[in-house]
Amino acid sequence: MELLQRFASGDLEAFEVLFREHQADVYRWILRIVRHTATAEDLTVETFWRFYKARSRFDPGRGNCGAWLRRIGTNAALDHLRKARREVPLAEDLPSAAGIGPCEQEELRAQLQSAVNGLTPRLRITVMLALVEEEPYENIAQALGISVSAVKVRVFRGVRILRKKLTEVGVHS
Amino acid sequence: MKEPEFDDLKTVLQKGLPRVSAEPLKRDLWPEMLRKLDSQQLRVPWWDWALLAGATLLLCFFPGIIPALLYQL
Repeated sequence: MELLQRFASGDLEAFEVLFREHQADVYRWILRIVRHTATAEDLTVETFWRFYKARSRFDPGRGNCGAWLRRIGTNAALDHLRKARREVPLAEDLPSAAGIGPCEQEELRAQLQSAVNGLTPRLRITVMLALVEEEPYENIAQALGISVSAVKVRVFRGVRILRKKLTEVGVHS
Repeated sequence: MKEPEFDDLKTVLQKGLPRVSAEPLKRDLWPEMLRKLDSQQLRVPWWDWALLAGATLLLCFFPGIIPALLYQL
């Protein structure tokens, strides 16, 4: 509580303590969305920069710093995905799934990534967090600042589009 | 995820795009954060430059207001 108050009044040491406490969580959350380690690192720093800039609006009495950071991180990732959509999208640099050949895996990953990249950033975030990362709807709703029903609608819409695209390329029937 | 009708798609997605939840952060990002804080604090916002340019132009076109401004100081 005292730490949050010090942070809200602009104390850099308090900010450092909060940064070190939350950086790994924020990084992992953003990585789930962007699926690229270097981008996730950059966006983690960007998230804390936005957090620091908005410190005067932070209410230490409410205290849930982690939830606020997750929300800022989601917005930073959303901005990145919108920008990346207009540029050449980055390929993921994460390990492959076990029990499947490298060529087959690469082909499947490319097809799935192409289908997922075709979704709007808002749908993409929701679908990836809900279906791939199996994040509870409540957490997704909180991070996106929308209701659980809105998350369900987005998942439903995303699934419908993905099914259509994947059926066209023969990955899903 | 409780909706069973999504299970088929979920399986396909997870086969090609595995979960990344367990990926740890491999380095401390605080030094990078400090660099960003330093660079951003030195940066003058664009509207400050615009204000300065506007004030300069105003003084060039209406030099008569300079004594009035100095008097106000």
